[in-house]
Amino acid sequence: MNDNNIVEKVVAGDVRTVARLIRDIDDGMPEVREVLKDLYPHTGNAYVIGITGAPGVGKSTLVDQMVAHLRKRDKTVGVLAVDPTSPFSGGAILGDRVRMQRHSMDPGVFIRSLATRGHFGGLTQSTRSAIDVLDAMGKDYILVETVGVGQDEVDVVRSAHTTVIVVIPGMGDDIQAIKAGILEIGDIFLINKADREGCDKTMSDLKLMIEMDQKKYDRGAWKPPILKIQAVFDKGVSEFIDEIDKHARYLADTAGGLDFRASKTKVRQELGEMIKARLIEEVIDRLTESGDFERTVESIVKGKIDPYTACENLVLPIVS
Amino acid sequence: MVAKPGLDGHDRGARIIARAYRDAGFEVVYTGLHQTPEEIVEAAIQEDVDMIGLSSLAGAHKYLFLAVVELLREKAADDIVVCGGGIIPDDDIKKLKESGVKEVFTPGTPLDDIVKWVQNNVTPR
Repeated sequence: MNDNNIVEKVVAGDVRTVARLIRDIDDGMPEVREVLKDLYPHTGNAYVIGITGAPGVGKSTLVDQMVAHLRKRDKTVGVLAVDPTSPFSGGAILGDRVRMQRHSMDPGVFIRSLATRGHFGGLTQSTRSAIDVLDAMGKDYILVETVGVGQDEVDVVRSAHTTVIVVIPGMGDDIQAIKAGILEIGDIFLINKADREGCDKTMSDLKLMIEMDQKKYDRGAWKPPILKIQAVFDKGVSEFIDEIDKHARYLADTAGGLDFRASKTKVRQELGEMIKARLIEEVIDRLTESGDFERTVESIVKGKIDPYTACENLVLPIVS
Repeated sequence: MVAKPGLDGHDRGARIIARAYRDAGFEVVYTGLHQTPEEIVEAAIQEDVDMIGLSSLAGAHKYLFLAVVELLREKAADDIVVCGGGIIPDDDIKKLKESGVKEVFTPGTPLDDIVKWVQNNVTPR
């Protein structure tokens, strides 16, 4: 299939083409670059929502309910569900679909599982490209679900229009632990399983943390709302979607618009990451092909050279 | 993809298989219980999988497995390999294999054998 054909089929919403393209992106096939270039003009229309939180807080169940609500509002939805790759075998069990299967027959919904893999270039880049594909496919909303651990996963949701952090009652210590990282990127906070003990305590912990930035909100910045929900019973989910709408209006009216392709901050961030990923890929490929990489590993292991000097020896000739 | 078609609530086998596949370095999409053949095929297409492993312990394997094979053919997705596992009589295994199920694994098959079969018979596109 030639590139034009692929682009046409993606834009027409052909499921098999989209599915295959996302696989090729994930596999790092160099051919997809041309396709992505041609797809770019067709992107920028979808509203991207990142959902993150610790394992077991109910992200997949929430995403399932969100899909149901968005469909009721006549919106089409793409879902990218990211699960971790086993660092030992390189395999992964992608189980997010279990909670979402009721939507699998709905032509307005496309669900795709992705493994974190840990290849050079990383999750961020391939997930972002997958978002572009679903965007070009014409989905109104794209929901990206990741486990909120690791910088890559955080970066993924960070590139969304609205970033949602899901916690559950009693996660006091966990909130402490993630405070510095993902809590400051949340646009909306959800306390799921809100019928559980400790909900009010978690609420006040979150409130306290958010209100530390009160000055920012006074100057007009978005103040993240905290909502109690019970995703499995569909309690509070509709109100949560309303909050997303509010955040979208805030972005559109005050924060420079919804089309990230026209935002310098976003483009700067994205271009920077793209360069980083591409550079690493090219350099590692070159060093692997020439055998220098393995030879250097050998030398370091045998104590012939220290890794700092070795790294310099490998990188400097390429960049200078 | 590991899938449980039909009204069969026993998924321990399916989950153990999924785990064995993961340990062999495969990415495994697990669909959960009570799936219709239509749901399974649609999920397999969206996930662009190389193989579907169907598990059935409730006796309806002939109908369900063959429905999956037939739907894949209809959707021009019959390059996806279909395998089955479960409590399945020899006569039925013969019939299933004649109709397009590539292999059927019965209780007692070592996990290593199943993984090896996949490695030897399923080529990633």
